[in-house]
Amino acid sequence: MADIALELARQSATAGGITGALAPKDDFQVSKLIDTSKCIGCKACQVACLEWNDLREQVGVNTGVYDNPHDLTENTWTLIRFTEWDNTATGRLEWLIRKDGCMHCADPGCLKACPSPGAIVQYTNGIVDFNHSACIGCGYCIKGCPFNIPRISKTTEKAYKCTLCVDRVAVGQGPACAKACPTQAISFGTKAQMKQLAEKRVADLKSRGFDQAGLYDPPGVGGTHVMYVLHHNDRPQLYASLPDNPRISPVVELWKGAVKYAGIALMGVAALTGVLHHTVMGANRVTARDEEEGEKIQEGRK
Amino acid sequence: MSPSNDTIERHAVSRYTTGARLNHWVTAISLILLALSGMALFTPSLFFLTGLFGGGTLTREIHPWIGVVLFFSFAGLFVRFVRLNLWNADDTRWMRNLGAVMRADEENVAEVGKYNAGQKLVFWGMSLLILVLITSGLAIWDEYFFAYTTIDQKRFAVLAHALAAVGAITIWIVHVYAAIWVRGTVRAMTRGTVTAGWAYRHHRKWLRQKAAEPAQRAPGA
Repeated sequence: MADIALELARQSATAGGITGALAPKDDFQVSKLIDTSKCIGCKACQVACLEWNDLREQVGVNTGVYDNPHDLTENTWTLIRFTEWDNTATGRLEWLIRKDGCMHCADPGCLKACPSPGAIVQYTNGIVDFNHSACIGCGYCIKGCPFNIPRISKTTEKAYKCTLCVDRVAVGQGPACAKACPTQAISFGTKAQMKQLAEKRVADLKSRGFDQAGLYDPPGVGGTHVMYVLHHNDRPQLYASLPDNPRISPVVELWKGAVKYAGIALMGVAALTGVLHHTVMGANRVTARDEEEGEKIQEGRK
Repeated sequence: MSPSNDTIERHAVSRYTTGARLNHWVTAISLILLALSGMALFTPSLFFLTGLFGGGTLTREIHPWIGVVLFFSFAGLFVRFVRLNLWNADDTRWMRNLGAVMRADEENVAEVGKYNAGQKLVFWGMSLLILVLITSGLAIWDEYFFAYTTIDQKRFAVLAHALAAVGAITIWIVHVYAAIWVRGTVRAMTRGTVTAGWAYRHHRKWLRQKAAEPAQRAPGA
């Protein structure tokens, strides 16, 4: 897959970035646009995802909700989440349906947290992907992710998530979920195209009374390569806890930033201080007099 | 006993039992392995250290188990030495004279028992940090304990784990340096004894206590 579409922009645990990496180009960025106002919750995308990626999900149990399975798993990389919301302003019960999965952040928390060089990569087209041959299964990506997406397999002990069908995109195809969607709630194209499409959709929704309709492309993570059209863009939380202002946790930033550098520096300074002290002071040796005096005490002569 | 052994024993002061020494070295080896494997996962520039443990995955798997060994091994040391590491007025005085100690001028500093204030700080520092390390370590041992904490708690745990590890490694550097700088110290943990001169120079109060002990075997006995 030596396609230009798969040129690496960034990879995990690699100081200074990749030599000769291309800068991401605007007209080269891909994006998926998920229109929650068009989604009917049929889960064809879930099936298409399982099928294309050759995954099997275990038969689950019905607990009285439509979400099936109940959460993302190492096999379920995309999941339709259903929310029943009582809109008190209009007096109507709204069924909010959101296709959950990796958002392909421009500033990926998983990639930042990953300790294994090259286990998480970001292509110049914006797709963030896991490289399982380098993944060590530590789960740091889970701590880095602001959207709670990666899952560790108990069988392979490696992390899994949506690849944005990078293997399809590399050969000019759209993602399997977008292909399968019967209402075209999932579109795929360049990020610029998807923003244009979203503009039209938002205008349409506003004309139909959804004043707060808008595009979810959160700036806290540098924007995402999976975007949502939301009827209530002022309250993303309504959609099965989609974060209002997602960002990499400051705790993770601290751990992977200042603490790393200050920690290494502190240990280095401690070791260096020892070397310097020994150079200046010389060894702290026991003298012959010490031995004599010590023996006197030991033998009870003093 | 051979005559040569006899002469050595005449001037040697016993400092650590075989049990204490074994306990110490199990702890020491675990701590070094933990530092190597932990730093490999702490910073990408040291990720190559995973090679020592058979790769990244094995490093990730083995690190927490070594942590469990260290925890119990250190708990053994704690029980052995806690009473001797309680802080007293001598320690405060010793700390005030830290400058003189660092200049190897201990003659004018208060006489020290089995442990000086610096050693006690190493003891308590390690005790506290190992407690933080095992607690935060369990919270991020996802293979077995993923379900017991929230992701946000795991984020704090991984930060606390890194900070505590940096602290513990720094204390370890101080501990090792002190053992090297103060000549004649290492044999306390290898042979179990120190010379009477070493005890006189660095732990005179302890030497006096040892000499006064009725159970002390007479030289050559």
